[in-house]
Amino acid sequence: MRIEGARDRWAAALFGGASLMIMALPLLMLVEVVGAGLPRLSSEFLYAPPMDAGRAGGIGPMIVSTLAILAVCLFAALPVGLGCALYLAECVTAGGRAARALGYSLDVLGGVPSIVFGLFGYRLFAIELGLGFSILSGGLTLACMVLPLLIRVSEEALRATPPSYRQAAAALGLSQGGFLRRVLVPAAAPGIAAALILSIGRALAESAALLFTAGYVTRLPDSVFDSGRALAVHIYDLSMNVAGGEASAAATAVVLVGLLVLINICARRLGQTVHRMQRA
Amino acid sequence: MAGPPMPRLSMQGDRVLIGALGACALLSGGVLVLILGFLLLETGPLLASGHVAGALFGAEWHPADHTFGLRAMIAGSLAVSGLALSWAAPAGVVVAVWGRLYAPAVLGRLYRGVIDILAGIPSVVYGFWGLLAIVPAINRVRPPGTSLLAGGLVLGLMILPLCALSTDAGLARVPQSYLRAAAALGLSRFGTLTRILLPQAWPAIVAGCVLQLGRALGETMAVVMVCGNVVEVPDSLFAPVRTLTANIALEMAYASGWHQRALFMSGLVLLMVTMVLFGLTQGLRKRPHED
Repeated sequence: MRIEGARDRWAAALFGGASLMIMALPLLMLVEVVGAGLPRLSSEFLYAPPMDAGRAGGIGPMIVSTLAILAVCLFAALPVGLGCALYLAECVTAGGRAARALGYSLDVLGGVPSIVFGLFGYRLFAIELGLGFSILSGGLTLACMVLPLLIRVSEEALRATPPSYRQAAAALGLSQGGFLRRVLVPAAAPGIAAALILSIGRALAESAALLFTAGYVTRLPDSVFDSGRALAVHIYDLSMNVAGGEASAAATAVVLVGLLVLINICARRLGQTVHRMQRA
Repeated sequence: MAGPPMPRLSMQGDRVLIGALGACALLSGGVLVLILGFLLLETGPLLASGHVAGALFGAEWHPADHTFGLRAMIAGSLAVSGLALSWAAPAGVVVAVWGRLYAPAVLGRLYRGVIDILAGIPSVVYGFWGLLAIVPAINRVRPPGTSLLAGGLVLGLMILPLCALSTDAGLARVPQSYLRAAAALGLSRFGTLTRILLPQAWPAIVAGCVLQLGRALGETMAVVMVCGNVVEVPDSLFAPVRTLTANIALEMAYASGWHQRALFMSGLVLLMVTMVLFGLTQGLRKRPHED
């Protein structure tokens, strides 16, 4: 039971009014962007190559490039990230020195500005390893960027598995490797999938780190060693460097945001599965 | 963590697997070291050469004459981020408090979903909307419209959901027993908020906002798109500014030699600031009582 005074009614009205106004701003943004983009959107827009610097035509090559960069990113980040998460959850004592040092490094890495990842990726992958402006350079740079998120969320999922699983594994005389492979990873799979999906969202939204790693060539890339323009970079280029490119930029933004909302919903569903498991 | 001790599993025959996991961990932890290393490697010769000796914080940025003063960009970064945080942090706290205490259940759930989605929207989309709506609006008042104000507004909108999320997390961590005691004492909702929830969650809220300041300082694309990018210390809200991040994004495409090293130096400055801010948040998080 709570006592509701006059002050409470005032506070409720004030907070509610302010919050609704604040929340209306971003919704206004979405409505405006979608409104500007919808007229340009068609199925042809999704697969046609861009024409007239992107003012006409579609975004086919950018979708291919984006997916290719994403594939490289996940191919590199998933094994390393999952390995690191398993190491954190299984091989070191929580709160011990190794866990703390590794955790600190990952947390700082998670806060490093994306443009700094871009500089680093350019220097290491494009120059040092000689990959040049390529999908490979861009994907690997993004892999470094999503690692902290991927590791932390997977680690949480691994730690959330019921302790009884481990007791049962010990009782059955399972080795640590067998326990990881047969019990722990399968049991934490929904959480790991959620981590993966969150990482995909982060990678799709990124543009600053790709500017001088994956490049901004608009043609269809013919291999991972070729330069390719991601969707987010395309939006940037159209709105900054192409006069009259707003409609195409907005339409591309609608496609990208649509994808991200879809991904967010998937992550939410998986998150709920994890919670159910924890309660069980 | 209390509870029965966990049984140890036999590690026989798993040395290879454990080794591989360790290698993954080493690689993941090493990325930060690699980033720091490469930035220092690129910046070192510049610092040693004397081109920037004493001029790191100088007012002049003329890459062609090897004058690499970052003062205007540092001022621009601080001004835009400070402006963004000054309205987004209070707004985020208000939204989070409303969502947790006052919102009707349906709206509360909806708001959480909206916040989650907003937090994931690409910065180029925020920047694009800034160009579409905010810059023209400011242009009507005071041309050209691309300005410190536009940057502060767009960037604030970007970090608002994150401020709300971290405040929400802070409020959620206040012990339930405190809330039950408050209810037993007949404290009103408003009293519970001002006397218990906010004081208890304050360190977490401040830490979250400091973290968002780091995010704001590191943001590139939205800022490049709406700030005008003129290398000058801003003298009014309507003045165009260039941030450290924008400077890298704009000039990296054609920079070479010392000029490129100077851009790596801006990156190093950004990384240092991020690390200092992170250290601050760690200090803030540790302080609350641990009973």
